[in-house]
Amino acid sequence: MGIVIKSYEPTFWDKLYFPALVKGLMVTLRYFFKRKVTIQYPDQKHIPPDGYRGLHRLNKYDDGRIRCVACEMCSAACPADCIEIVPGPAPWEGGKERHPVKFEINLLTCIFCGFCEMACPEKAIELTEIYDFSDYSREDLLIDRDGLLEVYDLTKNQNYYSRTDKSETSET
Amino acid sequence: MDFLGIIIILVKVLVVFAATLLTVLMMVYAERRVSAFMQGRLGPNRVGPQGLLQPIADGIKFLMKEDIIPAGVDKPIFILAPAILLIPALMTFAVIPFGSDIILFGRQIPLQVADVNVGILYVLALTSIGVYGIILAGWSSNSKYSLLGGLRSSAQLISYELAMGLAVVSIILLSGSLKLNDIVADQQGYFFSWNIFKQPLAFIIFLVAVYAETNRLPFDLSEAEQELVGGYHTEYSSMKFAMFFMAEYANMVTAAALTVTLFFGGWDFPLVNEASLGIWGVVLSVLSFILKMGFFLFLFIWVRWTFPRFRYDQLMKLGWKVLLPLALFNIFITAGYLTIKALA
Repeated sequence: MGIVIKSYEPTFWDKLYFPALVKGLMVTLRYFFKRKVTIQYPDQKHIPPDGYRGLHRLNKYDDGRIRCVACEMCSAACPADCIEIVPGPAPWEGGKERHPVKFEINLLTCIFCGFCEMACPEKAIELTEIYDFSDYSREDLLIDRDGLLEVYDLTKNQNYYSRTDKSETSET
Repeated sequence: MDFLGIIIILVKVLVVFAATLLTVLMMVYAERRVSAFMQGRLGPNRVGPQGLLQPIADGIKFLMKEDIIPAGVDKPIFILAPAILLIPALMTFAVIPFGSDIILFGRQIPLQVADVNVGILYVLALTSIGVYGIILAGWSSNSKYSLLGGLRSSAQLISYELAMGLAVVSIILLSGSLKLNDIVADQQGYFFSWNIFKQPLAFIIFLVAVYAETNRLPFDLSEAEQELVGGYHTEYSSMKFAMFFMAEYANMVTAAALTVTLFFGGWDFPLVNEASLGIWGVVLSVLSFILKMGFFLFLFIWVRWTFPRFRYDQLMKLGWKVLLPLALFNIFITAGYLTIKALA
C-alpha cells in the first residue's frame, strides 16, 4: 500500500505573505546583532587548532645538539620528494654520530601531509602551526637546516600566534 | 518678496540640498555596513573611525576613474541621462515639510522649501520624470542589456505608480487636501491620529509600491545583475555611474521622507504640541522627522538584504492583479465611510 502524500496547501495566513516576510526580516535582524565571524587578518590572526600541519621545524636537544641523525627516513617517506638531506659525521662528542650537513625542504613542493613527522625515529622533524610564511621568490621558499632550527626556537615554548606557553604539553 | 525672504528661502534650499546629499553619502556607507552585519561580516571599517569616511574614499575613486564613452552610443543623450535621473530625485525633497514652523527675525518660517498646493502631485510627477533618465540611459547606450533594463524599469514604474497613486488617494480623501502641510496637520494630536492606523492597507500598498518605484530589491528588475549585467547603467563608468547611484539613493531618501509624511505624521511627535514649545518644539519636530526617516531608510537596506528578487511576471502580476484592486477597494471603503459620515 502506498502512502498518500498531501501536497502543501497554503492557508489564508500563508497567502497574506506579510507574516512570512516579517519572519524573514527578523532572521536578518538577529544576524545584525550577532557576533561577527570576520578575523581582521594582519591585526588579528587565526589560531590554528592543535595538530595543524604548517611550517616544518628541526628539533634540538636542550644543549643545542640537533636531534636529526640524517637517516633519510623522512625524505624516503615524503610523497612529494621535497626533502634533500646530505649526512655527515656529527661534530660533537658522544651520543649521535651522524647529523645532517644539509637539510633542505622545498616548501613549494611540500604538500604538508606530515608523513615525514611520522617516519622520523628521532622525533626530529615536526610540523608547526605557522601558516603565513609566503615570500616573494622561489629561492626564498627553500628552507635550509639553520632556517628549520630557527623555526624550532620560535615555536619551542609557545604557540606562534596566541603566544601561550605550551612547554607543559611539549614533549621535547 | 522682500530681500530677507529670498535669503531665507536660499538658506533653506541650501540646507535641504546639503542634508539630502549627506544622507545619500551616509546611505552608501550604511548599505555596505548593514549588509555586512546581516551576513556576519564587518564591512568597511578602515577609512576613518568605524569606516565613516568610506563614502568620501568612494567618491574620490569615482572621480579619478576613466570616463569611458563607448563607440556607437547616442552621445548627447548618453551624457544627459544621468542628469535627468539625478535632478528630479534631488528636487522632490523640496515640498516635504521636515519640521514645525520656526519663528526667526519676527516672522514665521515654515521648515519646507516650497509649500506647493499640489505637493503630492508634484512628487508623483517628478518621480515619473526620473523614468526618462533610466529609459534614455538604456536607449542611448546602444546595448541590449541597458535597453532591457530601461524597458523593464519603465514598465515597472508605470504599473506601480498606479497602485501608489491610488494608495495616496485614500490619504487625500481623509485629509481633504493635496498639500503635504495639510496632510501633516491632519495627523497631529494623539498617537492614533497617524494615517498608518487609519489606513493600514494603503500603507502596505504604498510601501510595496515605493520599493518598486525606487528600483530596490525585491523589485530591482531593471538592474538584475544575473540577467542584465548592470541593467540600464551597464555602459556607464566613473562619475556618470556615480550619478545613477546617487539618484537611486536620493530617491530612497525622498521615498522614506514621503512615507513618513503621509503615514507617520511627518514631523509630528506623538502627544506633544510642538507649536507651544517654541524653539525646542522645532528641534523636537525635526529630530522626530529624522528618526522616522532613518527607520525607513534602514528598512530599505534591511529589506534588500532579506528578500530575493521577484521574477518579472510575478512582479507584473503583483502590481496589476493584487495591488491595484486592493488600492481601488481601499478607496471604495474610505470614500464610502466618508460619505456615510457626512450624511450622518
